[in-house]
Amino acid sequence: MAKNIIEKVWDQHVVYQEDGKPDLLYIDLHLIHEVTSPQAFEGLRLNNRKVRRPDLCFATMDHNVPTKNLTTINDPIAKKQINTLAENCAEFGVKLADMGHPDQGIVHVIGPQLGLTQPGKTIVCGDSHTSTHGAFGAIAFGIGTSEVEHVLSTQTLWQNKPKTMEIRVNGELGFGVTAKDIILAIIAKFGIDVGTGHIVEFTGDAIHQLSMEERMTICNMSIEAGAKAGLISPDQITVDYIKGRDYAPQGDAFEEATEYWLSLASDSDATYDRVLEIDSNEIEPFVTWGTNPSMGSGISTHVPYAADFEDESDKQALKKALQYMDLQEGTPLTDIAIQHVFIGSCTNSRLHDLRSAAAVIEGKKVSENVKAIVVPGSVTVKKQAEEEGLDKIFLEAGFEWRESGCSMCLAMNEDVVPAGERCASTSNRNFEGRQGAGSRTHLVSPQMAAAAAIAGHFVDVREILNVPV
Amino acid sequence: MEPINVVNSVLTPLNRKNVDTDQIISKEFLKRIERTGFGQFVFYHWRFDQNDQPIEDFVLNQPQYQGSKILVAHENFGCGSSREHAPWAILDYGFNVVIAPSFADIFHNNCFKNGILPIKLTISEVEELLATGETSPLETEVNLEAQTVTANGKVYNFTIDPYYKQMLLNGWDEISLTFQYDEQITKYEATRKVF
Ligand code: SF4
Repeated sequence: MAKNIIEKVWDQHVVYQEDGKPDLLYIDLHLIHEVTSPQAFEGLRLNNRKVRRPDLCFATMDHNVPTKNLTTINDPIAKKQINTLAENCAEFGVKLADMGHPDQGIVHVIGPQLGLTQPGKTIVCGDSHTSTHGAFGAIAFGIGTSEVEHVLSTQTLWQNKPKTMEIRVNGELGFGVTAKDIILAIIAKFGIDVGTGHIVEFTGDAIHQLSMEERMTICNMSIEAGAKAGLISPDQITVDYIKGRDYAPQGDAFEEATEYWLSLASDSDATYDRVLEIDSNEIEPFVTWGTNPSMGSGISTHVPYAADFEDESDKQALKKALQYMDLQEGTPLTDIAIQHVFIGSCTNSRLHDLRSAAAVIEGKKVSENVKAIVVPGSVTVKKQAEEEGLDKIFLEAGFEWRESGCSMCLAMNEDVVPAGERCASTSNRNFEGRQGAGSRTHLVSPQMAAAAAIAGHFVDVREILNVPV
Repeated sequence: MEPINVVNSVLTPLNRKNVDTDQIISKEFLKRIERTGFGQFVFYHWRFDQNDQPIEDFVLNQPQYQGSKILVAHENFGCGSSREHAPWAILDYGFNVVIAPSFADIFHNNCFKNGILPIKLTISEVEELLATGETSPLETEVNLEAQTVTANGKVYNFTIDPYYKQMLLNGWDEISLTFQYDEQITKYEATRKVF
């Protein structure tokens, strides 16, 4: 019988099945960071339990790390959390890319970069953006701390089999339109909870033409559509990306793995519980104007009117959002002035993202009203970008060039947007206060963020791009 | 984890949809390494203004809802970040039931691991509870065994996954349960594809 990739990978990981119970699912890779793990390790200690498979765990520090100077963490509680992870990893034998380690970085950037992320794996992390790893054709999802403890002790999770959904992106992407715009358009069109209870497979020509880094941007934000996970069937682009990475299979094993990986792709006549479609020509560079990722529109449009919505609760939600964002109905998006630009986060901090932003700003200057920072996703991304001279392009334009970490994506470290100020951000959440109490976040692609940095307000990046980047 | 079955209290009407876990517990409070003590920070930026003064008209600050154990909200409750600090904060504050038309998956899962009962009612039922509860404090009884919510002389039935129902009723520790499947896990590991 024809199967989609979700069913194939799921079925291969069921350890135990019984009527009236969720499936007991085996976990191939457990990624760990400092914020959601301390209570889980503490639970192990209290119950005198050990980590069942330390070899299938990999830990790093990202959420709290300073991006100005790695050696000084001014916040004593953040420091304690970081030290706690190091102690826990040492005690339980878990591999750790510690502060200053060449593999350190945002957990969802380093997994793929190291070749740990592979097609057909089940991957979890105490972090909702674990969906990023789905770009490789893995079932990857975020879990809570109790589940982190459960995976540490048993390498399994009890999970009800989610429903399956296909989101097909037809056609070819327009000039200046990026992966970020695709996913923001999908969420705006279908809603912030369309994926609840589902794993989504992204399909269609527009998806399979994307590079792995761009695919990660799409899968990263599938959680913003409420999906348990988002994934893309592996193809030759997937295989080529993995080849030669530190934890990738080598030699004959790679050939064998490749054959297995490609066999996981959805069968051409596979079916899904639900199918949604969107046309690439509907998608233009996107900007969010509200307080959740579905509240966004194409750059050529304006902040919506309450009258555009039928549902009373949607009208109310719009009013609340605009009040928080200090925006008026009908304002053209290009009229919105910004004071901050953040290029970074597990959505858009990989080499491709930095290149495409650099191409927009090369030879130009950041507006004097704007404070702009670039935070590469990992130590390796930073190094590669410097080898290409991207750091110089950013610095000459007036950006700050930082150490890697989560930074202003959630502002747990010192990188905070002050109350009442606006940020064009390449991250994934524009929730109230996400980048600092009272801060106002607008989600955009790296090149839209770069263009806004120069103009001091949002602009249609297609007007200033001479060549596609 | 504490078992849960019958809960009696007034309900707290939080008439919002898409309440995300960043609002339930803001990131500045995530740095603790314990599971407890988060209740004081729940919905912090809705409860307190920039000078840390209580915002009077926010529902959690109103006297008639003090001591409430039942939180009622609109669709897609708990979306966003996976932080389990959100259910920890809700529980520590005193709620052990959350009623909404729908929940985000990770939050929903996290509730069961902490002895919080998430109840799905229809949109119109939730709107009824919110409207009545906003007008005057509404004494409510939740009965997990019977799968009912009783308020204002009306009984609302809800469905719940039987496995999670047993977990909540018994306050089971899921990890101990899973240890009973050690043999199956070991057998699986022996045949697992490894590259
Ligand atoms: S970059 Fe942002 S979204 Fe990604 S893991 Fe870090 S805090 Fe979470």
